[in-house]
Amino acid sequence: MLQSFKLAIKSIWSNKMRSFLTMLGIIIGVASVIILVSLVNAYMSYMTESFASMGTNQISVNLTNLPSRSVSVEEMYEFYGEHGDTFQQMSPSVRVSGTVKHGADTMSSTSVTGVSEEYLEIKDYSLQAGRGIQYADIAARQKVCVIGAYVASELYGSAEKALGETVKINGYGFQIVGVAEQQEEDMDDGGTDDFLWMPYSSAVKMARNANINSYTLTISDLTRVSDYKTMIENFLYEKFKNDDLYQVTAMSEMLDSLNSMIAMVSAGLGGIAGISLLVAGVGVMNIMLVSVTERTREIGIRKALGAKRSVILQQFVIEAAVTSSIGGILGIALGSIATSAVGAVAGLHATPTPAAVIVSFSVSVGIGLLFGYMPASRAAKLNPIDALRSE
Amino acid sequence: MSECLIELKDIYKIYQMGSEEVRANDGISLKIHRGEFVAIVGKSGSGKSTLMNIIGALDVPTSGSYLLGGEDVDQMSEDQLADIRNRMIGFIFQQYNLLPKSNLLENVELPLLYAKVPKEERHARARKALERVGLADKWKNLPRQLSGGQQQRVSIARALAGDPSLILADEPTGALDSRTSREVLNFLKELNAEGNTIVMITHDSSIALEAKRVVRIHDGKINFDGDVNDYAAII
Repeated sequence: MLQSFKLAIKSIWSNKMRSFLTMLGIIIGVASVIILVSLVNAYMSYMTESFASMGTNQISVNLTNLPSRSVSVEEMYEFYGEHGDTFQQMSPSVRVSGTVKHGADTMSSTSVTGVSEEYLEIKDYSLQAGRGIQYADIAARQKVCVIGAYVASELYGSAEKALGETVKINGYGFQIVGVAEQQEEDMDDGGTDDFLWMPYSSAVKMARNANINSYTLTISDLTRVSDYKTMIENFLYEKFKNDDLYQVTAMSEMLDSLNSMIAMVSAGLGGIAGISLLVAGVGVMNIMLVSVTERTREIGIRKALGAKRSVILQQFVIEAAVTSSIGGILGIALGSIATSAVGAVAGLHATPTPAAVIVSFSVSVGIGLLFGYMPASRAAKLNPIDALRSE
Repeated sequence: MSECLIELKDIYKIYQMGSEEVRANDGISLKIHRGEFVAIVGKSGSGKSTLMNIIGALDVPTSGSYLLGGEDVDQMSEDQLADIRNRMIGFIFQQYNLLPKSNLLENVELPLLYAKVPKEERHARARKALERVGLADKWKNLPRQLSGGQQQRVSIARALAGDPSLILADEPTGALDSRTSREVLNFLKELNAEGNTIVMITHDSSIALEAKRVVRIHDGKINFDGDVNDYAAII
C-alpha cells in the first residue's frame, strides 16, 4: 500500500506537466464549489444578521375586531400574564393618523403610535435623554410622548432642547418626556428615527376607537416559535371562532423561509460548480487511460515478475486518487484565498465553509477513484505476453 | 538423474485465426531436470515462443499437463500463475525489460517486492544479486545510463534475486554484440555450474550450442531432443 503511494507520487512527479494539467480541472472545480458556496453563505449570514436586527424574537398579532366579536386589550394582557414564562414583553400598537406640529413646523411623515411601557425594549432602542413611557402614563392616559432622534433634531435642534417641550398632534398637546437614541447612521430622511410614541391608552382615546387591533410580543425561546404562535392562535380562535379575523406572524419564520430560499440558491450554484468537478473527473480518466497505454510494457514487466491483478489495479487507482487529492488540496487553497479576496472586495465577511471544503474534497477524491478505476482495471487485465511485446 | 523440475505432457496450444486453426504447440512432451542447461531452438513461427510462455507460466496450454516443481500449472488462474512466476521463475528477456524510471536496485528488488519480502531483506538480497553480476556500485543508476551488456546483467541479477527454481532466458543475447553475448553466455554457464536450472530460448543454433542439451521445435513439435554434441553433429 505504502509502496503504491510512493509509486504514484513518483509517477505523478515524473510527468509533472501532464499531472498538473490533469489536476487543473479538479483545482478549478473544487475552488469554484468553495467560492460559490462560501460567498452565498456569507451573503446569507449577512441577510440573516440584518433581518435579526429587525427582531427575530418578535411575533406580531393583527386582529379584525368586530362589534360582535372582539378581543380587548385587557383580555390580551390577561393572556400575556398567564404565559409569563413564554413571553418576555408585549405592547399594543395603535396607529394615530395625524401630523406632529410645533409652532409653524409640521412633521407629516412622522409615524405616531400608541404603545406600552415595554415597547422601547421590544424595539431594542435606548434613550439619549429623559425617560420612557411608564405604566402610570398609560393608566392615567397622560399626554406625554417619546420622540425619535430625527423628530427632535428637526423640530428643536437637539434632544436636550426637545425635552419638556410640547408638540401638537391633531390639536392635542403632548409633552416630550424622552428622546430615543439615533438608530440610523445617516438621518437625512428620518427612517427609523422618525417616530412619536405615546401611551396606547391616550392613542385609543384620541382615535375614539375602543379596540386595539395590533400587538407585538417577544419570546425568549426562539426554537419554539411555531409552538408559541400556535398558542396565540388557539387563544384567538377561542375568542373569534373564525380564523380570518386574526393573523399571527413570527419574524423568525419569515427569516426561515428566506434562509431556505438562499440555501436552495446555494445548492443550485454548488451543483453547477459540481458539474465542473465531473468534467474534471473525465479528464482524470482520460489521462489515466493514456498513462495505461503508455505504460503497457511496464505493466507487462510487473506482471511477468509476479504482480497480481489486484496489485496493478491498486497501483493505478491510487495514482488516480493521489492525483485528484493533490488537485483537491490545491483547489481548497485556491478557493479559500479567492473566497477571502472576493469577500473583501464585496464587503462580505466570507470564509470557506467547512461543509463546502469537505464535500468538494471528498467528491474530487471520489471522482479520482471512480474514473481512475476503469483505466486501472484495464491495466490489471492486460495479458503479460501482449504487454511485454508492446513497444 | 536428479529430480524432475519441468514435466510437460502432450501440450497443445491452439489459436483460432479467423476460420483457420493454428497449432502453435502440437503435442509437446518434455522433461527437464534440476541442474540442466537446456536450449530450446527453433525458427520464428516454430512455436518455441509459445512453449516458452507456457514454461514461463505466462500462458496456459489449450490441453495437456504441465508440472513445474511438482505443481500443476496447466489450469491455474491468472493470479496463481503470477504467484508461480514470482516464486519459481527468473526471467531474462531479449529487451532486458527493466523499468526505465527505477534505479538498478529498485529493478532488481521488484520480484521480491511482489513476494512481500520485508524491506531490509529485500535490499540485502537485491544488493547481493547486483554484486553477483558485478554492478553493485552502480545501484543508484538508471538503466539507460548503462550499456546493453550491463543492462542484461541487471536483468540477470533481477532473475537471480528471487532465488528461483528455474531461470528462463528468452533470446538473452538477441540484442547484444558478439563480445557481450559471449559474456552473458559465460555468465549463464557459470550460474548453471552453481546448480541453477536454465532454459534458454533461441533461434540461433550457434547460441544453442552453449547449452548442455538442445531441444529443437519445428511446426509445433519437437524434432530433436538430445545432448549438445549430438546436436552439433547434425547441423
